Amino acid sequence: MSTVPVNDNRLAVLDHSRLRAKAGKSGDERGRISVRDVDIVFDTASGPHVAVQNASLTVRPGEFVCLLGPSGCGKSTLMNAIAGFVAPTRGEVTVDGYAVTEPGPDRGMVFQQHSLFPWKSVKENVAFGPLMAGVGQNEANSVARTFLSLVGLAAFENAYPNTLSGGMQQRVGIARALANYPSVLLMDEPFGALDAQTRIMMQENLLDIWREFHNTVVFVTHDIDEAVFLSDRIVVMSASPGRIIADIDVDLPRPREQSLLTSPDFMALKRQCLDLIRKETLNAFQRQNKAG
Amino acid sequence: MDSTSNAVMRTTEPVAEAPANPASDHVAPKEPTPALPMARQKADNESRLPTRIWLKNTGVRYVTRILALVTAVALWQVASTNGFHFYINFDNIPAPSVVGTALVAELAGHEFYLHILHSLERIAIAYALAVVLGVLLGVAMGSSRWAEDIILPYIELLRPIPGVAWIPLAILMLPTEQSSIIFITFLGALFPVVINTVHGVEQSNSVLIRAARSLGASKKAILWHVVLPGAMPSIVTGLAIGMGVAWFSLLAGEIISGQYGIGYYTWNSYTLIQYPQIIIGMFTIGGLGTLCTLLIRQACNPLLKWQAKGGRS
Ligand SMILES: Nc1ncnc2c1ncn2[C@@H]1O[C@H](COP(=O)(O)OP(=O)(O)O)[C@@H](O)[C@H]1O
Ligand SMILES: [Mg+2]
Repeated sequence: MSTVPVNDNRLAVLDHSRLRAKAGKSGDERGRISVRDVDIVFDTASGPHVAVQNASLTVRPGEFVCLLGPSGCGKSTLMNAIAGFVAPTRGEVTVDGYAVTEPGPDRGMVFQQHSLFPWKSVKENVAFGPLMAGVGQNEANSVARTFLSLVGLAAFENAYPNTLSGGMQQRVGIARALANYPSVLLMDEPFGALDAQTRIMMQENLLDIWREFHNTVVFVTHDIDEAVFLSDRIVVMSASPGRIIADIDVDLPRPREQSLLTSPDFMALKRQCLDLIRKETLNAFQRQNKAG
Repeated sequence: MDSTSNAVMRTTEPVAEAPANPASDHVAPKEPTPALPMARQKADNESRLPTRIWLKNTGVRYVTRILALVTAVALWQVASTNGFHFYINFDNIPAPSVVGTALVAELAGHEFYLHILHSLERIAIAYALAVVLGVLLGVAMGSSRWAEDIILPYIELLRPIPGVAWIPLAILMLPTEQSSIIFITFLGALFPVVINTVHGVEQSNSVLIRAARSLGASKKAILWHVVLPGAMPSIVTGLAIGMGVAWFSLLAGEIISGQYGIGYYTWNSYTLIQYPQIIIGMFTIGGLGTLCTLLIRQACNPLLKWQAKGGRS
């Protein structure tokens, strides 16, 4: 798996030991995200709509951070600002010191669903990023194969996405995002459309993959269990306007296993998040009632 | 032609929605039961139907259809040989047997093939021009508001004008009869291609475009890898409809001017009182139009193979 022809350092495909060594060195770490005093305001028919208010957040290289909050609280919007799809109205977003102005292959995106190119085979989907980066077709194909084996879908390289289940499609989506060796992986409710069993499998899968790469992950979810199970840190957001209301360290041991879900530490963290979100939801209700 | 252009829009709808089709399985796709095995199962069941039941269902229906046609031909034969005349006049209509005999004679000569070749040549030139220009204009209009605002007024103004109505002007404007006929044919094919291309390009999937951008794709790459393939089902519909309208317009042009061509042949047979040839001409036109549309669809199939459920390359 680690014997793919290389003529570009960026595509030093999955030499795991080297990647780990690299992640261990602090000098050339990549994937530091800094969000400073960011407001994001949308112009809507009914006037300006504040989707994100005064958000500040720093994510360290190699950290797995979940953005947690009720739907509509601005998680996707904040993530889109990091991805470069939405420009902050105020404040600044930088990745590795550079201001984010547009999307780029250094920030891989995984969407909730239906984001694979349906007219491209699974292999062509994953090879797309390397091709766009300017490597040859042969090399792009071998990178694609490597990443498909990483997500366990090597046998499906010639299948079209619409012949795969939702979970398999998401695995291809992850492989496609990783094939560019992004320093940051941005995932917007990537398992939100999957059934519970598949979701748990995918979470474990993702952690396995992340252990190999150890790149920075920002993972949006409204599922508290998912956030606690996956992350090093949970950033909790509240609704209307979207603000960051808590930043919780998740000091649970890794590798994480299913047994963790019933451990007292897990429960305590889950309760902490639940309380925060319930309080916010109640506040939101009261505000709505007063307004109404 | 007005009704034809309406048909253009209507026929577009179902096929144009096809790109969104993969999205239609967002009924919580479950890992162990992908949609594929179900589709397969259904196909298998159908092919495993015992022959007797197949005959009863499908066979009987085909026999009914053939019988319906045979009945019509028999009635026609009776009406023609007996000179049926009650509002509709069969006095001058040759019987199927007479038409058959004339057809055998035509097929033995070479004049008939010459007419067909001339029509095919005009179709080929006019259609090729219409496809190239139509797709280019359609993509420009679909991807740039500026281009759309410049081009759309022309399209909306000219589209409702039937091909036949262009004939006098075409003869005045263009140097030869041949070029007039090709021009009219070209116009007929152009509008369905443009409109369906615009339609396809405009409904390109924004999630896929965002995915492509985050994978480092340039604007050109997005057009080539995301927008065009997504618009392809709609473009193919436009190409097929365009082929139909091209024949429709070609015939109009050939009937009024020209010295060769299957439309000329049909109309000329009328003026020469060669009535069996009229009917031969009519069925030849219908047959060639259908054949060409079928060929276009077949030729485009590889571009759409990803749509087939269970399609593996
Ligand atoms: N492009 C947009 N234009 C206007 N309003 C938007 C836009 N995108 C998001 N919003 C609004 O911003 C708020 C936050 O949306 P979003 O970030 O998608 O929430 P979440 O991902 O947490 O569910 C919502 O009220 C949504 O309606
Ligand atoms: Mg969202």
